Amino acid sequence: MLTTDVAVVGAGPAGLLAAVDAAKAGAKTMLINEYIEPGGQLTKQIHKFFGSEEHKAGIRGIDIAAKLFKEIDELKVDKRMATVVWSIFHSNILGIAHDGKSEMLRAHKIILATGASENAFAFPGWTLPGVMGAGAAQTLINLQRVLPGQRVLMVGAGNVGLIVAYQLLQAGAEVVAVLDALPYIGGYSVHSAKIARDGVPIWTSHTVKKAHGRESVEGATVVKVDKQWELIPGTERELEVDTICIAVGLTPLTELAWLAKCKFTWVPALGGYVPLYDDKMETTVKGLYVAGDCAGIEEASTAMEEGRIAAISAVESLGLITQQRAYALRAAAYERVKEFRIGPFGEMRDQGKRFIWREREKYEGRV
Amino acid sequence: MRIEDHPILGPAKGEATIEIEVDGRKIPAVPGEMISSALIAAGIKVFRRTHGKGEARGYFCGIGQCTDCMMTVDNMPSIRTCITPVKDGMKIKTQSGHGKWEV
Amino acid sequence: MKGGFKSTGILTAEELRGLPGIPSEKRAAEGTVAVIECAEEFPCDPCESSCVHGAIIVGRPITNLPHLKEDLCIGCGECIVECPGLAIFMMDLIYSENEATVSIPYEFLPLPRVGEKVEAVDRSGTVITTGRVIDVKNLPSQDRTAVVTIAVPKEFGWDVRGLQLKGEKDL
Repeated sequence: MLTTDVAVVGAGPAGLLAAVDAAKAGAKTMLINEYIEPGGQLTKQIHKFFGSEEHKAGIRGIDIAAKLFKEIDELKVDKRMATVVWSIFHSNILGIAHDGKSEMLRAHKIILATGASENAFAFPGWTLPGVMGAGAAQTLINLQRVLPGQRVLMVGAGNVGLIVAYQLLQAGAEVVAVLDALPYIGGYSVHSAKIARDGVPIWTSHTVKKAHGRESVEGATVVKVDKQWELIPGTERELEVDTICIAVGLTPLTELAWLAKCKFTWVPALGGYVPLYDDKMETTVKGLYVAGDCAGIEEASTAMEEGRIAAISAVESLGLITQQRAYALRAAAYERVKEFRIGPFGEMRDQGKRFIWREREKYEGRV
Repeated sequence: MRIEDHPILGPAKGEATIEIEVDGRKIPAVPGEMISSALIAAGIKVFRRTHGKGEARGYFCGIGQCTDCMMTVDNMPSIRTCITPVKDGMKIKTQSGHGKWEV
Repeated sequence: MKGGFKSTGILTAEELRGLPGIPSEKRAAEGTVAVIECAEEFPCDPCESSCVHGAIIVGRPITNLPHLKEDLCIGCGECIVECPGLAIFMMDLIYSENEATVSIPYEFLPLPRVGEKVEAVDRSGTVITTGRVIDVKNLPSQDRTAVVTIAVPKEFGWDVRGLQLKGEKDL
């Protein structure tokens, strides 16, 4: 059986920071990632980040990722790419598989940083090749350097839909329209302004009624919706598109936390079912931590801080850093993360996080 | 279609120097890219057919979560092509239903 | 309210006038000045530190809309490339007798070339006039956000916020 001090599952922004901080504290650290390349969402973020200097604002996600990859290597973190964690046993044993071969790994502390999956949106014709997640299109154009098609319909005007629409333009595709069933644009005004002045119309109170094509997408029928989300007859428009991207939200990927028998709660503002955790990012299963989107849908900047908080707490409980040091580092991370959880966009997520903490408290002493 | 140059990512680093076979047809591939990328770049969007109605399925989630992209690769069925890199001379078949494991 | 950036992404004239990052008509008539079209509160402040003249204030919390101190703004354009949202422009309404110039952050290929004629578009992407490219800057320090300056008929200075290459779009 393999052994390690800290096993980090997922090498996206949360996992990368967690592995770096754990290794820096002297923990034997293993970083496990299902995809062949590390980086998760970071390697698809080709735009400059928001926030402040301490949040690496103004730096492109891909460049933040590159720096982290270097640190991971310099710290001699045990990197297991193209490796899937297929189960978790007794809260500290992981079954991991690579290239058809499986091994068991015993870790003293486990940090789950497994991210999120895109929500599906079923409409007639949605199974046609050419209908894909917006993130899937982003992976294809930014990581694989291949266009999904020439004429794209984007469904969803949150930040993901708006940003991917812009990236599709940069990649050389035409974005025929961005739709959202809501009567307003959910994403930042600067993202919508950017694509509006590039000639991409954004139609709120609209949805896709049907995708058609023989073997792949050849067109889409879009339609207006009323305040009760009912389709308004007579408002249909035909669009000639070969690709339809779905950007209707993300859901935390938490299978391992379920398997480990963590307690969960339902938080719509954070994407659905989220495992309970405290301010140390520790779940109701001792020694099992979560960080990033799998702990609630937010963004790369907050994922990185949560990865740090989880790692700090894990190495603290391993005795590798003092309680005082852990407290100070955690406080600093929360100071930075605070700025992302205020204002009209952040308030709801802040409330969601506090709700999780309160629910988690109910299990104190009972685990 | 491949993105040869990009305002942020710069010129494409890999060149299509290897070949894979899809249903008998040879298509170019860039070493290290995912099978699905080589297919989409060659204009192939239908990766498999469902076992019930034989409906076309293709690339959907891109990260190995949904299994819509599965094809039979070198006689192994149900390979997720979006997370499996190409190898020179790989033989890929559009999968019908659950596919068959040709030992 | 009909339209508005929350439903279309396009700032109306009224919404624009109310933003703290927009210079007054008076300052705009004096020469090159920054126009910060940032309309929503989200955590972001690189524009503040980008200005060595102290002409951009965000303060704390960093969700504050950027405030332009127009008397301190000399129109150098450093802030254009620092804004992650590509929401800052430079506007010179007195470039020449008949023309104004607008400097636009640009992240597409091909890059326009100096002297080239382009279609000048407004915030909705509608072509409203033609422009002439008078400067293209794409230094390494800009981290791939090029700045393209186009000259347009003076009366379009407040409205031109983008460009399309004549003929085929992109590629």
